[in-house]
Amino acid sequence: MDIGTLVYLAQLGGAVCFVLGLHRMNSPATARNGNLLSAGGMVVAVLATLVSLVTREGGLDAIAWVIIVVGFAVGGGLGLYTARNVQMTEMPQLVSLFNAVGGGAAALVAIADFLRLTGSAGAPVSTTVFVVLDVAIGAVTFTGSLIASGKLMGLISGKPIIFPGSRILTVVLAVVAVAGTALLVLGAAGTVSLDGTVSVLVLGLILASALVFGVTMVLPIGGADMPVVISLLNAFTGTAVAMAGFVLDSPVLIISGALVGASGGILTKLMADAMNRSILNIMIGGFGGGEGTHAAGAGGPGGSVRSIGADDVAIQLAYATNVIVVPGYGLAVAQAQHAVRELAELLEAKGVNVSYAIHPVAGRMPGHMNVLLAEANVPYPLLKEMDEINPEFDRCDVALVIGANDVTNPAARRPGNPVSGMPILNVDHAKSIVVIKRSMGRGYAGIDNELYVNPKTGMLFADAKAGLADLVAAVKAL
Amino acid sequence: MNDLLVPLTIFVLAILVGFEVIAKVPATLHTPLMSGANSIHGIVLVGGMYIAAEATDPLGYFLAFVAMAFGAMNVVGGYVVTDRMLQMFKKKPAAPKAGAKS
Repeated sequence: MDIGTLVYLAQLGGAVCFVLGLHRMNSPATARNGNLLSAGGMVVAVLATLVSLVTREGGLDAIAWVIIVVGFAVGGGLGLYTARNVQMTEMPQLVSLFNAVGGGAAALVAIADFLRLTGSAGAPVSTTVFVVLDVAIGAVTFTGSLIASGKLMGLISGKPIIFPGSRILTVVLAVVAVAGTALLVLGAAGTVSLDGTVSVLVLGLILASALVFGVTMVLPIGGADMPVVISLLNAFTGTAVAMAGFVLDSPVLIISGALVGASGGILTKLMADAMNRSILNIMIGGFGGGEGTHAAGAGGPGGSVRSIGADDVAIQLAYATNVIVVPGYGLAVAQAQHAVRELAELLEAKGVNVSYAIHPVAGRMPGHMNVLLAEANVPYPLLKEMDEINPEFDRCDVALVIGANDVTNPAARRPGNPVSGMPILNVDHAKSIVVIKRSMGRGYAGIDNELYVNPKTGMLFADAKAGLADLVAAVKAL
Repeated sequence: MNDLLVPLTIFVLAILVGFEVIAKVPATLHTPLMSGANSIHGIVLVGGMYIAAEATDPLGYFLAFVAMAFGAMNVVGGYVVTDRMLQMFKKKPAAPKAGAKS
């Protein structure tokens, strides 16, 4: 067997590790192991590529060595540093940032290959098609993910940003990109004669319109929808990488890219389903811009709100048999995950059964709430998914809702309002309900929550973290 | 065109594998999964290496360098951050009664 075959087999082995690694992420018990397997596959694939480049005719020249080693050290060092130091609540924007650079790298690979080919014989038709797809998708992902990351970091307003003519601009950009693609493909086929400089300029035009398109695509989307957008952009990057695989004729890139494209697609759909919205509807944007500005205790229509103090809640909780905690976006924003675990441990010491009801879209990304609670050392068997926990609310003495809103609104069971049909947690089935919330402000669906005016509900108006600290003190004092 | 048939077959089959493998992951692990999948597309690093090896002019060197740095950030950061998330999903021995000692 020659080296080329061995390298090919090693790369194939790497791809197999990716598939098996993802498969092991099915269960929390094997997930970490799966990620390490996937990382191992990556090391094998990268080393094999290095071997193939060194042993090929001519080998690697000094400049190429410098580029590879220094480039890897700079990028890898930055990645390592940020990944080690990020706060768990800031995870979504970091994933988005890593996604941006991945998409950017895929676009650059295609651009460099295109420049090399036009410098010599010119790119054939099939390569041209994939180069253009790679550049366009990669560039959209690059700027789109940066904007999504900026929105989550608060650098850019989370509100949908729509400027006059933005729709028209988006259409114009798309037309430019498609026309440029057609021109390049016809040029490669020999139907239209294009010299090297012109085709490079056309590719530059496609690149520029894709970069701007990424910005105009994400800007009009509200901050609450960013998780879905990041997931979609993740799928985009996967697809761009697969296109780079076609350009470079590298099966390992094609396999890995397609794998990620499919996974991102599924995740995106799962998340959109959980919010009862179509992906198209989210991408069109303009929905929701964070909490409304209703004054505390203003009272919703059709009922009065009962305010309750921390001491009363503490007594209810301490003498309950079953307590279900319903954490939401507000808990993540207030960084109250450690406070909630402290309260739960106090209650458990008093013999109360505490479990957590996790709605699929609680937090800022699917499963984000699980990560936050896991970080606070909440054992994962206590975290129950929606379908598992919903029957339990009928046997629950106190449901403690912390910073969750739309996912608990019983109005979702009736048709004719923005949350209709959205799967919700059956919090209203509990014997007693306590809601910790800063104000009567609305969730991003922009409607009042009927749960808050339920006679069984007591409202503890406080920031999630401060409210939980009060509760912990009150329970300790009992 | 015939040269394309094999890569295209690989592409389509890999998509199907992706659907099958991922459709079974519970919502609990969606964030680590998204992050894990995100690090897998860092394989584009391999593409960056090919480009670096082929580059002959300053522009080519520059593009390859940025592609290498971006790809490496994606790979290294992605795996480390995923591992950090996953190491927190530990089953504690006496899970429900963990607070009983206090």
